[in-house]
Amino acid sequence: MVSAATHARAAAASPDPAKFEFFTPAEAAEVEAISSRIIPTDETPGAKEAGVVYFIDRSLVTFAKDSQKTYREGLLHVQELLAEKFPGAKRFSAATSEQQDAVIEGLSKEAEAPKARRGNRFGTNAQPFFETLRYHTIAGFLIAPDSDRRGNRDGVGWKVIGRDPEHMFQPPFGALDKDYPGWQPAAAEKK
Amino acid sequence: MTAPRVQYQTTDEVDFVIIGSGAAGGILAKELSTNGFRVVVLEQGPYLHESDFSHDELKILQEDLLTNHPKLQPNTFRKTPDEKAKPQRAVVYGRAVGGTSNHFTANFWRFHEIDFIERSKVGPIPGATFSDWPITYADLEPYYTKVEWEVGVSGLAGASPFDPPRSKPYPMPPLPVKSSGVLFERAARKLGLNPFPAPMAILSQPRAGRSACINCGFCLGFGCEVKAKSSSLVSMIPIAEKTGRCEIRPNSYVHKIELDARGRAVGAVYFDEKKNVHLQKAKAVIVSANGAETPRLLLLSASKQFPNGLANSSGYVGKNLMLNSGGISLGLFDERLNDYKGFAVSRILHDFYELDPQKVGFYGGGGLDARFDMTPINFAAGGGLPPDAPRWGKKFKDAIAHNFTRTVEIFSHGTSLPKEENSFSLDPELKDAWGLPALRMTYKDHADDIKLAKWLNEYGLQILDAAGAKKKWTYPIEEQQFAVHLLGTCRMGNDPKTSVINSDHRTHDVKNVFLCDGSSFVTSGRGQPTMTIEALAFRAADRITALAKRGEINA
Repeated sequence: MVSAATHARAAAASPDPAKFEFFTPAEAAEVEAISSRIIPTDETPGAKEAGVVYFIDRSLVTFAKDSQKTYREGLLHVQELLAEKFPGAKRFSAATSEQQDAVIEGLSKEAEAPKARRGNRFGTNAQPFFETLRYHTIAGFLIAPDSDRRGNRDGVGWKVIGRDPEHMFQPPFGALDKDYPGWQPAAAEKK
Repeated sequence: MTAPRVQYQTTDEVDFVIIGSGAAGGILAKELSTNGFRVVVLEQGPYLHESDFSHDELKILQEDLLTNHPKLQPNTFRKTPDEKAKPQRAVVYGRAVGGTSNHFTANFWRFHEIDFIERSKVGPIPGATFSDWPITYADLEPYYTKVEWEVGVSGLAGASPFDPPRSKPYPMPPLPVKSSGVLFERAARKLGLNPFPAPMAILSQPRAGRSACINCGFCLGFGCEVKAKSSSLVSMIPIAEKTGRCEIRPNSYVHKIELDARGRAVGAVYFDEKKNVHLQKAKAVIVSANGAETPRLLLLSASKQFPNGLANSSGYVGKNLMLNSGGISLGLFDERLNDYKGFAVSRILHDFYELDPQKVGFYGGGGLDARFDMTPINFAAGGGLPPDAPRWGKKFKDAIAHNFTRTVEIFSHGTSLPKEENSFSLDPELKDAWGLPALRMTYKDHADDIKLAKWLNEYGLQILDAAGAKKKWTYPIEEQQFAVHLLGTCRMGNDPKTSVINSDHRTHDVKNVFLCDGSSFVTSGRGQPTMTIEALAFRAADRITALAKRGEINA
């Protein structure tokens, strides 16, 4: 059996990152454009730099197989929305960012957002396209970079949220434990 | 390095077959095999090791590497017995060698004296089957100590003025404090409370060939890559296997306890990985399959002799389910706390362990902890951001970029009252991937549990205020429909009419069938059951050993 680490190394060394396992190149361009509006590139990297589209592509042939149809239908629906709002516009990826945001705004409001809760287990199955794509975009941005899922390329997602890349840490961890004097019983400290 | 493992034939009549290898099953396997008995442990999940564990969140969140899989083993849920249950994921439990102890948070609070005798102190509560335990804190104290020393718990004895008496200090100092712990400690003291270092089943120092915690930050939900988390997988099962008398048999899904004509168990019937059916023969059967699967197995084992399910003359198998109540408040701070580093919890408080019903207007009590237990995807996609945060676009990105290192959660954990209607049972329609009736959960919190959760959660917000949070919010307290603490469903008691097992964990109805896990609980404690599950398992092993040595198991 190949260990996860070996597999990850092999995946990282894969010579042709542009190869898609599920999407056609045209679909991939659309997915990349949509996910880039969910986590845009500004002064720091976004979904595009993290390789989110490659992550989603692999997801759709692995843990998220059940969402294939959601994507195929969802992408068509995005084209319809785009044409509705901006007659003549055919491809999301070719639209201006203002047009793109208007389409996503519409798409995100079609179904009620799932309640914010401890989202330990997000069932992408049977979720509307926007919610599925949103979850996958976030996952592709923030997945452990040493996994074999093709997301969070070069750890850029973790860099954005301030998660250090190390695999283990030593205290002090943050701003307040740094100067902690050590445990004192309450009475002693009050003095 | 490893000695050849013993392998029994299914036709070998071993002394004990133990169903489940988790918090309870792992300890029973270790204790009974070191006491000289021949033991087979049947575990429905795979046998994974540190090398199978990683920081890949999707293996946990989407693929259920360590837990029951909703497609293979679907659940149904309803609030009350007169409703038809709907398919819905209701239960998450460990499904691998080591069980839920592989992925738990590792909060290891002992129960206090009050937890065993509260019914006598408080009196009856309408709508609840509230009872005392047939054992006391004093009965269990030596076994809590055993858990701390043998399984491995870090903590500081005497740090909490509310702690029950103990015979020995902790074997290791507490884990290092996190920034969430520091701000919690300062704020709680400002409010006149008594915060203290959290007792955690995670090694703060190397011990028994296991590494100390390396603070990797992928803890709750994950298997530990360096054996620092004190799961049964790394603490108990290696010792059991080393005796040469204990076989751990993974991928073995037990669906029936087989009986002879006199109504004694002769072994456990299970599916192997290829769905072939086997009967493992044994002189006695111990079920430690968790508070959901233990009652389900008894109900699946119904027969002519036991038409309502095995050991169910009381009708209490599967009933009196308790989940623990509680809530989560969150706060956002200016400083970079970096609380994603390390284990989850470093400070807790027990000032509200026993609330006075006359004063607060409801029964209950609990504790609070400060933590950050969210991994990056879980944080950004799930519940890490305030409810008014944007969900996509630049502002969403800015929010996750700013908040991830500056967010703290205050968890409140409290009592659940037992109600007869709250239960696990067999769904009459839905089947699992083996064709067996699916697990059905029926649950509606007792009104006092909801009041308690709100009360404790409010206090969590006060602590965040006192700590100087720039923003604070909370998840709404709602009736629970999702369970990880699975308690009370085959309760212990002296009266066979109102309990399933006696204080030796022996079923009242079948002499050589024993049950030991969260199902044995009579009350729910204050939200951290695993320590008590493990203490019960050490005690049960002593009781069962004594019965076996006297030849009374199957007499």
